[in-house]
Amino acid sequence: MKLHVNGQEHEVDAPADMPLLWVLRDLIGLTGTKFGCGMAQCGACTVHVDGVAMRSCITPAVALAGKQITTIEGIGHDGDHPVQRAWIEADVVQCGYCQSGQIMAAVALLKQKPQPTDADIDAAMSGNICRCGTYQRIRTAVHRAAELTRTAVATAEETRHVA
Amino acid sequence: MWRNLQDLSGVADESARTVSLLRESGGGSRRAFLKTGAAASVGLVVACFMPPGMRRAFAEDVAKKPAQIPPNAFVRVAPDNSVTVLLKHSEMGQGVWTSIPMVVADELDCDWAKVKVEHAPAAPEYAHTVFGVQMTGGSTSTWESFAQLRQAGATARALLIAAAAKKWHLAGTADCRTENGFVICADKKASYGELAEAAARLPMPADVALKKPEEFRLIGKPTRRLDSKAKVTGTAEFGIDVKRPDLLVATVARAPVFGAKVKSFDATKAKAVPGVVDVVQVPSGVAVLGKHFWAAKQGRDALVVDWNLGDGARISTEGLRAEYRKLAQAKGAVAKIAGDVDAALKAGKVIDAEYEVPFLAHAPMEPENCTAEVNADGCDIWTGTQFQGVDQMTVAKRLELKPEQVRIHTTFLGGGFGRRANPQSDFIMEAVEIAKAAKQPIKVVWTREDDIHGGYYRPMWLSHLRATLAKDGKPAAWAHTIVGQSIFAGTLFAGAFIKDGVDGASVEGAADSPYLEAVPVHRVDLHSPTSPISVLWWRSVGHSHTGFVVESFVDELAHAAKQDPLKYRQALLPEKSRERLALDLAAEKFGWGKPLAKGHAAGIAVHASFGSYVAQVAEVSVSDKKITVHRVVCAIDCGPVVNPLTIEAQMQSGIAFGLGAALHSELTLKDGRIEQSNFHNYVVLRANEMPRVEVHIVPSTDKMGGVGEPGTPPIAPAVANAVFAATGQRLRRLPLRLA
Repeated sequence: MKLHVNGQEHEVDAPADMPLLWVLRDLIGLTGTKFGCGMAQCGACTVHVDGVAMRSCITPAVALAGKQITTIEGIGHDGDHPVQRAWIEADVVQCGYCQSGQIMAAVALLKQKPQPTDADIDAAMSGNICRCGTYQRIRTAVHRAAELTRTAVATAEETRHVA
Repeated sequence: MWRNLQDLSGVADESARTVSLLRESGGGSRRAFLKTGAAASVGLVVACFMPPGMRRAFAEDVAKKPAQIPPNAFVRVAPDNSVTVLLKHSEMGQGVWTSIPMVVADELDCDWAKVKVEHAPAAPEYAHTVFGVQMTGGSTSTWESFAQLRQAGATARALLIAAAAKKWHLAGTADCRTENGFVICADKKASYGELAEAAARLPMPADVALKKPEEFRLIGKPTRRLDSKAKVTGTAEFGIDVKRPDLLVATVARAPVFGAKVKSFDATKAKAVPGVVDVVQVPSGVAVLGKHFWAAKQGRDALVVDWNLGDGARISTEGLRAEYRKLAQAKGAVAKIAGDVDAALKAGKVIDAEYEVPFLAHAPMEPENCTAEVNADGCDIWTGTQFQGVDQMTVAKRLELKPEQVRIHTTFLGGGFGRRANPQSDFIMEAVEIAKAAKQPIKVVWTREDDIHGGYYRPMWLSHLRATLAKDGKPAAWAHTIVGQSIFAGTLFAGAFIKDGVDGASVEGAADSPYLEAVPVHRVDLHSPTSPISVLWWRSVGHSHTGFVVESFVDELAHAAKQDPLKYRQALLPEKSRERLALDLAAEKFGWGKPLAKGHAAGIAVHASFGSYVAQVAEVSVSDKKITVHRVVCAIDCGPVVNPLTIEAQMQSGIAFGLGAALHSELTLKDGRIEQSNFHNYVVLRANEMPRVEVHIVPSTDKMGGVGEPGTPPIAPAVANAVFAATGQRLRRLPLRLA
C-alpha cells in the first residue's frame, strides 16, 4: 500500500489489520510516535490524518491510503514549531515518552481553538496520559504556544503588508 | 532504612571530599584512586544495619579492590570546545540529564551552551558511591554524586589551567583564571578545546580547589533541561526505538497467574501468522518472534499454551485481606519500641484504626522492553534500565561471561518509578534468554497488558494502629502493626536491608516517624507474609504506604483531641526540625485557617523521605462522592538546591503520581489473576484532574536530600484529611472511596 507521511510517499508491505502505529515505527522507521496502550487509552500514539488528531494504535493503515499523515517528525523544522518552542520554554518534558502525543494533541487543539481556556486544554488533553505528571506545565505551554502562534501570524501579516 | 542511609550521605560527601587522586607509579598509565572514598563509602552500604564489626570486615574486603576512576570517566573536553558529561545515572524524567551536568560544568567553569550529555556505559567507575553498584534509585543521584562530580569537574579544570600555563611557559598557575570555557592569564587567552589534548597528557593534580558556594554560576540557578529538544521532536531514543541490523521483535506469553509453569504449547497457528519467524520457550514463558511487533503480537494471540497454574491460582484480594487482618491483630517482628505498650494501651481509651493500600503497577508510559544480541565476544544490551550494575552481573553470570563482556547501552527511560530497577533483571534476562535460544538479535516488547499483569508491584499493605491520648491531647501510647510482603527478601540486598526479621523498606516512615519522639510509649512491628506475587519498590517505596497511614492517623488523633490538625502537628514536632520548617512554610503559603470557597476544605500532611522533608496542603471539594482536588501547596526542605526547576517539576510529578493512586489506581486479584489490564481499568491521573500545584523551597544549608520520590507520600493523606474536613468521613483505604 502507499502512504503519505510527512509529505513523502511510502510504499509499504503490511498486513491488512496492521495499525498505522506499527507501520510507522517498524516498517517506515519513524519511531517518534509511541506505543503506550494499544487501545486508544493513553494518546502516546497520536498523529494527524488530514490535520485531525487520531490514535494510530487502533487505526489500520490500509484505511489511510490517499490521506495526509503527519507525525511528530513532520511538524516544524528542528523543533521550531510554536508548540515545540513553548514546550522547551516551559521546561515541560520529563521522561518525554508521552510528549510526541501530547504535542500532536496540542497542535490539533490550537488549530481548532487558537485561544484555548484552561478548561479547553483539560478537555482536549485528557486523552493523553503522562505518568510523570507534566500536566501543569503542559497547560502553561499550550497557552504560550497560542501566544507564539498569534505573534507568528501577526509577523507574517506585517511582512506581507510591507511587501 | 532509606532514611538512615540518607543520614549517612554527609559521611559519603566527606569521604569523597578527601579523595586523593594519585598518579600510579610506573607504566605511564594514569589512574586516580579513591584513596579513602571506596572503602568508606561502600562500607556505608551496609552501615545502616550491619553491626560495626561486620561493617568493618565488609569495608576491608571492598578496600582490597579499590574503585579506579580514570580522570575522564565523567567529563570529556573535545578540541571543538564541546564538553561531554558521561552520566552514570539513568534519565527517566527526574532531570539528572541536566542537574548532574550542571554540577560538573560549574566546577569546570565551561560554557553551558557547549555541554552535551551521554549515558555512561556499565562499568565499575560509575558505581553508586553509597550502594556500591551502578544504579539510579532511592532519590539519591544528586547527593550521592555531588562531591564526586564537583571533584571531576574541578580536576578537569585544573588540568586545563596546567596545560595553559605550560603552553605559555609560566612558572606556575597562580595568575591563571578560567571563564566560560577559556583559560585566561593577563593578556593571554586559550579555549578549553585548544588545551584539551595537551591537558590529557598531564599528570593528575594532587589536590584541586573546589568553588565556594557563593562562586557557583549554575548550581542553584533555575536551568532548563538539556533533553527537551530531542524529546519534543521525537528524536530522543528510548529502548523501544532501538534499531539494529536483522533485529526481530519478540512478544512473550507469560504466566497468567503468579508462579504458573508452561506444561506444553502448540505453536502451529502462531507460526502460520504472516511475519512470524520463530517460537521459542524460555524460563519466563513462550516467545513469539516476528519481523515486526504486529506479527509477534498476532502470533502470540494465536499461540496455544497449556499452563500448570499451581497454588497461585488460589490467591484473591479478599483472601489476602482476611489473612492480613488476622496477622495485624498480633504483634510482629519489632522495628521500634519504647516502654510497655500493651500496658499503656490498657490504661486509656484506645483509638483503633485499620488502614490498607492495594497492589500497584508502576505503569511507566514506555512498556518494558529490551534489545539483546549474544555474540562471539559477549553480549550487547540496549534498554532503559535503572540497574546497570546488577543487570551486568546477572547477565554475565547467566552467560558465563566477564562483566565487561556484557555491554549495556542505556537509552532514555520512558519512565522508571522503580520498575526498571529490578534485582532479578527480569525484562533484561528474558531478552537475553530469547536471543540465546533463538540465536538471533531480538527486541522484546511488552504490551500494556503484559506490564499490568507482569508483577513487581508496590505491595498491598495493611496497617493496624492504636493510640491513647494524654490529658493535653498528645498521644500517650502508640502501637503500629504493619502487614505486607517484603521487597528486599530474596534479593542480593536482603542481608543489608533486612534485620531481625524487619525489612527496613516495610517500616520506613513509620518506625522512624518523628512523632514517636513525642510519644513516651510506642511500638512499631511488622509481619511479612509471602506469596508468589512479586513485589518491588514503587516511587517512594514503603513511604507510599506509611506516609498515608501515619499522617492520616495523626489527623485522627488531632480531631479526637479536638485540636486543629496543623497546631496538633506543630506541638508534636520540635520547632527547629526540618519537618516543622516545611510544615510551617506550606501552611503559611496556603493560608491555613483562612476561609475557603464554599464547599471546599483543606487537609495537611508532612512526611520525610529520602532525606527531604515535604509538607502539602490540599484543597478539595466533594460532590456526588467525587473528590476534586483544586489546589496543592507544597513545601520542601531538600537542603542545598542544584536546580530549582527540577525540584518544582519533581514535586508536581510526585503529587500527580501519588494523586492518581490516592484517587483511582488499584490492582485486585481473583483466582490468581489480576483483574485490571490497561489504562481503562487501571486508572491513573489525567490532565483534567491535575490540581494547581504551588511549590515552595525552604532555604536550607542542611544536608542534601532527594527530590524524585519525596513529593509522593504526603499527597494521599493531605487529600484524605481534607476529605474528612469536608465530609466527616475518615477514609482509611486507598484508593479513596466515599461511602
